[in-house]
Amino acid sequence: MTETRNYTDVQLGDNLPELAIDLTVSLIVAGAVASQDYTPVHHDKKSAQEAGMQDVFMNILTTNGLVSRFVTDWAGIDSRVTNVAIKLGTPNLPGDTMNLSGEVTAKDEESGSVTVAITGKNAWGNHVTGTVDLVLPKGAN
Amino acid sequence: MAISGKEREDFEKKLEAYVGIDIGLEDVGRNPVNEAMVRQWCEAMGDELGAYTDAAAAEQSVHQGLVAPPTMLQAWILGGVAMASGEDDPRDKQKELHRLFDAHGFTGVVATNTEQQYLRYLRPGDEVRAKTSIESISEQKATGLGIGYFINTRTVFRVQDDEEVGSLTFRVLKFEAEERPAATDESAAPMAGKPQRIKPALGHDNEWWWQRVEQGELVIQKCSACGALRHPTRPMCGECQSTDWESVPASGRGTIYSFVVIHYPEVPGYTYPLVVAVVDMEEGTRFVSNVVDIEPEEVEIGMSVQASVELVDDEMKLPVFRRV
Repeated sequence: MTETRNYTDVQLGDNLPELAIDLTVSLIVAGAVASQDYTPVHHDKKSAQEAGMQDVFMNILTTNGLVSRFVTDWAGIDSRVTNVAIKLGTPNLPGDTMNLSGEVTAKDEESGSVTVAITGKNAWGNHVTGTVDLVLPKGAN
Repeated sequence: MAISGKEREDFEKKLEAYVGIDIGLEDVGRNPVNEAMVRQWCEAMGDELGAYTDAAAAEQSVHQGLVAPPTMLQAWILGGVAMASGEDDPRDKQKELHRLFDAHGFTGVVATNTEQQYLRYLRPGDEVRAKTSIESISEQKATGLGIGYFINTRTVFRVQDDEEVGSLTFRVLKFEAEERPAATDESAAPMAGKPQRIKPALGHDNEWWWQRVEQGELVIQKCSACGALRHPTRPMCGECQSTDWESVPASGRGTIYSFVVIHYPEVPGYTYPLVVAVVDMEEGTRFVSNVVDIEPEEVEIGMSVQASVELVDDEMKLPVFRRV
């Protein structure tokens, strides 16, 4: 994936290609381990149940990582993410699917920065909503 | 019941002492930023951006070499396997603050917001360390989870030569959790399985109609005395006051009398936007249900529709309407 998106190609209101993430136990545990987050509720079902949940659930770093991936899949290799601000909602549990969608909501000519508003929705509602700011290259590359 | 009066005053005074302080510990990454941990992260996330794992592509990009995914920032300083023990470092003022909340009945904790700012991407070899301070504690708030307080912390990340590379603000709610047994019975856990639609309230006067729907039939209640049709089902004829009734099959053909498109609030188990229509059935009664397989903006009053009894989720059958 070496293609990239230019600042001038992006318009307010542009929608990002949607991304469906299958929420498997493997993903939830792999994300927790890759982020070095061994809080038991993210890898141990019994601990999760003692905390009142039915199963292990996704940690915040994995949510952040998936949101970032979703936006840079679209923006390409020459983008630089500068800010990720998210609000957390319903947990991501195994067996569900999270559908990520995004829309360009702001552009800053001077810095070449664009803001993408993102929503990650599962069967129970919004798992995550928020914004990602990223700088895109200007002109032909 | 949340604490009140003098007890609350004393508690909130104790909280004030924590605002603005460092939590007292510096988190130091046990390894410098490295390709192995980046690769593992990218595999977990399904992230194939060349900047992280393809040296040649990264070299030619704006990054001029391999970089770490920005959202990995905190991963470089987290505790790893040691976190599983759940033991707190007694010097940790943030944990101490949480225990103070626990002792006053605010035992629940949930992360509500995070914001990460990246001044530059990290590169293999960067040695990350982080310091966290308690930025603010909100007034007591009534929330959907219960009464509680929001705690904002801010973590600043630095690398060698004391260069600041990014920051994380983290907002948690400490709340008075309702007593809830452990979810050992999976079906009793919140959000067990897939969400299903809200079931109709069944009683003596309507259960028979829903049982027919369950068998795939759509019927209309008919007065056995005067022959008048009625829906929704009820015990007495509005025309002749007879309580004798029977049912006749409905053709399912009708026209839309009125409709709404529901966007908000979204209830789990339903697909939005959701078209809900009142349909004039050709027999003369009206049904309320969804119009499906159509863009909401194409639905019109007077449009001809046909009912079909179908499963609308894993459990419930419902007559739904389609344009004909």
